[in-house]
Amino acid sequence: MLWETIRLALQAILRHATRSFLTVLGVVIGVGAVIAMVTVGQGSADQVTADVEKLGANTLMVLPGEDPLGGGPPGTALKMFTLRDNNALEEQLSVVRVSAPISQMRARVVFGNENRRTDVVGTDNRYFEAAQWEFALGRPFTAAELQSGRPVCVIGETVRDTLFGRADPIGQSLRAKTLSCEVVGLLRSKGASTFGTDQDDFVIMPLRTFQRRIAGNSDVSVLFAAIREGVDTERAAREIEALMRQRRRIGAAEEDDFDVIDMKQVASMLAGITDILTGLLAAVAMVSLLVGGIGIMNIMLVSVTERTREIGIRLAVGAEARQVLMQFLVEAVVLSLVGGLIGVIAGLGMGYLGARALSVPFAPDPLIVLVAFAFSAGVGVIFGYFPARRAARLDPIEALRHE
Amino acid sequence: MAERAGQARAPLIELEGITRIYGQGAAEVRALDGIDLTIREGEFVAIMGPSGSGKSTALNVIGCLDRPSGGHYRFCGTEVATLTRDQRALLRRHYLGFVFQGYNLLPRMSALQNVELPLIYKGLKRAERNRAAMAALRHMGLGDRAHHDPSELSGGQQQRVAIARALAGRPRVMLADEPTGNLDTKRSIEIMEVLTALNREEGLTIVMVTHEDDMAAFADRLIWMVDGRIASDGPMGKAA
Ligand SMILES: Nc1ncnc2c1ncn2[C@@H]1O[C@H](COP(=O)(O)OP(=O)(O)OP(=O)(O)O)[C@@H](O)[C@H]1O
Ligand SMILES: [Mg+2]
Repeated sequence: MLWETIRLALQAILRHATRSFLTVLGVVIGVGAVIAMVTVGQGSADQVTADVEKLGANTLMVLPGEDPLGGGPPGTALKMFTLRDNNALEEQLSVVRVSAPISQMRARVVFGNENRRTDVVGTDNRYFEAAQWEFALGRPFTAAELQSGRPVCVIGETVRDTLFGRADPIGQSLRAKTLSCEVVGLLRSKGASTFGTDQDDFVIMPLRTFQRRIAGNSDVSVLFAAIREGVDTERAAREIEALMRQRRRIGAAEEDDFDVIDMKQVASMLAGITDILTGLLAAVAMVSLLVGGIGIMNIMLVSVTERTREIGIRLAVGAEARQVLMQFLVEAVVLSLVGGLIGVIAGLGMGYLGARALSVPFAPDPLIVLVAFAFSAGVGVIFGYFPARRAARLDPIEALRHE
Repeated sequence: MAERAGQARAPLIELEGITRIYGQGAAEVRALDGIDLTIREGEFVAIMGPSGSGKSTALNVIGCLDRPSGGHYRFCGTEVATLTRDQRALLRRHYLGFVFQGYNLLPRMSALQNVELPLIYKGLKRAERNRAAMAALRHMGLGDRAHHDPSELSGGQQQRVAIARALAGRPRVMLADEPTGNLDTKRSIEIMEVLTALNREEGLTIVMVTHEDDMAAFADRLIWMVDGRIASDGPMGKAA
């Protein structure tokens, strides 16, 4: 009898092709949209996490200015740092493993017919260590180059790509502003971050070279400090703050005129933004799930008269209520399963394409797949089954008279 | 003929003070207003009466499709009111064949599938079912329409499919609500001959509602209903 019931249900599905199709479509839309959106959202979040790891754990940046973005009161020049400030961090604070002095500006770099606006950065070899850069080609600066401010540079992959294409840049001379300098190293690419910031877009030269030949001053605008393994970054930030207050002679009642930024905090803030975005996507997805659900509900309710009459006829010719119900339940389950499976496949497919389009990892979440599937299938079953159950409880003649 | 209805036979259907009341208060309609009726196995009963007199309502109650508001209904000596919903379904399945006034065929199902429907619930195997349904359709002169949907059939053809469905399961009792209402006289008489033969040869009990004297004449007994009551009840010739 069970097999007979399944056969009846399958016949009913084929007999009501349009109704079946629309029900399946509702499930497909609900399940597919949720899976696609959450998959893409999760991929973006994963991308941020990966970026955070690339930033290097345990790095603090010290910037001039009162707020984290470095802006002081309008009109007041920011009080910059010096190389001594940087070295003091390294020498006087045991929590600091290595600290690099950085000075930078946006400038155009030229080679042959190619040119690019990029970050021109002055620093020394400590930066490569603190920010965990690896060399793809060439070498870091020599002590002599740093000491005498020679016109040499290390470039990022993006600059290499624009100016030199696939050719070997080592030994070539590019021009940064008016300074012609020889490429001695190429850093291994870190790729793009989720927010589109290209992490490989810069030209690095010795701090002294930058100060004399590009900036024309002896300022250091950023202290980039890597914290010793196992040290709490908050504690390190407090120690750095105390030392800098002392070095910059800030009175006890005065506010800091610089800021210590925990890169991890920035990263987690970014991650927070992605979480919000993922949440938004999920909300949109929930709406589609709901729309799909309402679609299913509609189809089922619209056909309730026809179904009720059918149930009346079956009861009249001798069907027991549970046989009729089983048939309708099987019908609802089959439609929901078919819709759910197509929805899962479509959702994962869309998620995959979406992830590729946004170049974020493809991160399907089995839990979401399960939840979306269960929800849509549940709606299908509930709205297929419950009207049928009500009808099956009527006297046949009442079911037959249903308008 | 009246003798053949044999008073010695066991009462199959016994109605005692059956009422069926629709609505409440001022809107109350007493569709059945105290029906006393005994039908014995093998009888062929015709029910006539003006429109709205409660013929269909009575047939529905007898067919266990509807429940009376009051009174007693015994089928084969069993008080139907004590049966569960599923037991009533089994009673319909194994003893009763019903022809509705409005046919009530399932749309989107061929004539054959419609006729097979009761047989599915009787648990017949597919091949058996097919054979029985096909035979019932041929009996009704519809062998060539077996694979048509109701929507592709004329009113009269649908009516004959409904009769075939009621008969396919070989019920003990056939309850037919104006089974020839949509047929021409020639076709009606053919159908009545089929029913009469089943009644005579296989002892099928038939309760048939009709408006046509010609069709009622095939029955052994005539019940005349007016306003939810039985106005007269007796062997064919006398009451008519
Ligand atoms: N579902 C219902 N709700 C309210 N009143 C009803 C309902 N069904 C039938 N009635 C009323 O019960 C009475 C008997 O109806 P029934 O259908 O039994 O008449 P009938 O004798 O079969 O008439 P006809 O010859 O026209 O088929 C009528 O007055 C009808 O209006
Ligand atoms: Mg009627």
